[in-house]
Amino acid sequence: MTHHIEELKKYAISKLNLNAIGITIFLLFLFIAIAAGIISPYNPWIRFEPYIPPNSSHFLGTNDMGNDILSELLFGARVSLIVGFGASIIATVLGVIIGIVSGYYRGMMDEILMAITDIYLMIPRIPLIIILAALMRPNFWLIMLLIGFLWWPTTARVVRSSTMQIRDASFILSVKSLGFSDKHIILSEILPNINHVIIPKFMLTIASAMFSEASISFLGLGDPTMKSWGMMLNFAFMKGGLINEMWWWYLPPGLCIVAVVFSLMLIGFSLEEKENIVLGLE
Amino acid sequence: MKILEIQDLNVKFTTPIGEVYAVNNASFSLNANETLALVGETGCGKSVIANTIIRLLPQNAEISGNIFYKGNNLLKMSDREMEKTRQQEIAIIFQNPTLSLNPLYKIGDQISEPLLVHKKINKKEAFTKTKKLLKTMGFQNPSKFTGMYPHQLSGGMNQRVLLSISLTLNPSIIIADEPTKGLDNELVRDIIEEFKTVNKINNSSLLLITHDLSIARELSDRIIIMYSGDIVEITKTESFFKNPLHPYSKILLNSLPERGFNPPKGNSPSMVNIPKGCKFHPRCPHKKKICSEKTPPIYSIDEGDVRCYLFQ
Repeated sequence: MTHHIEELKKYAISKLNLNAIGITIFLLFLFIAIAAGIISPYNPWIRFEPYIPPNSSHFLGTNDMGNDILSELLFGARVSLIVGFGASIIATVLGVIIGIVSGYYRGMMDEILMAITDIYLMIPRIPLIIILAALMRPNFWLIMLLIGFLWWPTTARVVRSSTMQIRDASFILSVKSLGFSDKHIILSEILPNINHVIIPKFMLTIASAMFSEASISFLGLGDPTMKSWGMMLNFAFMKGGLINEMWWWYLPPGLCIVAVVFSLMLIGFSLEEKENIVLGLE
Repeated sequence: MKILEIQDLNVKFTTPIGEVYAVNNASFSLNANETLALVGETGCGKSVIANTIIRLLPQNAEISGNIFYKGNNLLKMSDREMEKTRQQEIAIIFQNPTLSLNPLYKIGDQISEPLLVHKKINKKEAFTKTKKLLKTMGFQNPSKFTGMYPHQLSGGMNQRVLLSISLTLNPSIIIADEPTKGLDNELVRDIIEEFKTVNKINNSSLLLITHDLSIARELSDRIIIMYSGDIVEITKTESFFKNPLHPYSKILLNSLPERGFNPPKGNSPSMVNIPKGCKFHPRCPHKKKICSEKTPPIYSIDEGDVRCYLFQ
């Protein structure tokens, strides 16, 4: 038994370390995004000589337009994170509202909302965004909204099932007997009890949204006036960066996308794992 | 003065295994400042009556009859009106105290919450009142306990916390659903004492639901005996313990330790396949032919009301 507990502790500690690594990487990029204006060596729109390989004044060289790639990369963190966060906030708010309402009230409301959720789950999301972005003028805010409005169904599902667990707990019956309204019960009794499900889900949705934004931008359907990492990849691909083996052009944005998504995954998963250890499910 | 009057209450649940008649033709009233004990075996419908009064039954329940509270029919009220009635007029304490408290909030917050929501007083005042309530409930050092979470307190303490919550808005009726379930003997004594203080300070009526006859004897003025969804006897507590009327009451009393500890023979009937006629007849020592044919009506005699052909 003691052996078992030791094992469990070791496991818990290794998970917490993963969490720390994830948070460190994520905070680094958050800092870059916020302080991009201060730490970047040049304005990313200023033109120098094009196609310069890395040197002492341009650490990552310049692109086809002569923009400094390092500055582009630092400012790109801002755009990519805003899209990720914005889309994830929209998706999480929608998912939480729909999940709680259908899990708490059940009945007809539940049936209708879950039918809508099922339909949304069937939609091939990236192809739909590609079509919509191609039909409308590609716009940074539009892409954020589209991702937000398409990424909520899984959150809604998870939130609904947790809500159903909590709503049948006897303390909910006892607060009902205190004469509190449904609104009060949902906001101050149920929501705090399912936070542990919502937060990891929120993190994973940011990762997923950033990844999708990068995919769409890479395909050339992103906002050309915004320098996101996906857009940089797109230009590197279109303007011969890949063929000419200019690794300083296409590798950094790709690595940055992978690093941020990886850090968010680590945070999200370790939060879930921690919850499972607390609940004794491991 | 009658403060709560229940007339011909029927509660039926539709379940996959059939229809369950949880309460049949129950009629009784609760007077002001009175303690009424509702006694019966597990599964006889006591808690269903409690939950019907505050309208918190699951959705598969079918209710008919009337429940008048101060002249208003609780069963016909809108949901909004009912929210206002709960806790401010009728408070309920559920069984299993630790599960009835939200594990995420400190008990001080949980006790003051009804004051903040319904009375709209400020937080400081609410906390002063909370501490006062905790003190009357036997917490010597209330400031120490307001910052604690339910899992840090024992079952008995949590029960007293629930009792404090039910008192926050001075309701006219408190329904206690098996308040002593799962508590050891000493704590049961404590809780009984707390209920006596509540009666003294609050002037409210208490509907005490229990299967423990000794608590009913200690606290109640009148007693209702239920058997398998039927009310079989309503009498004054004193006369019940001296001279029980219904054969089931007699058997129930004989199961008390001081009377020889003779448990009733046989099992209480399943709620799906109910015996015809008087539900108690398969176990009754005085059964006649008519008992298995027709359900006996309630006969009112001097000592009380009883549902049995012996008193025809």
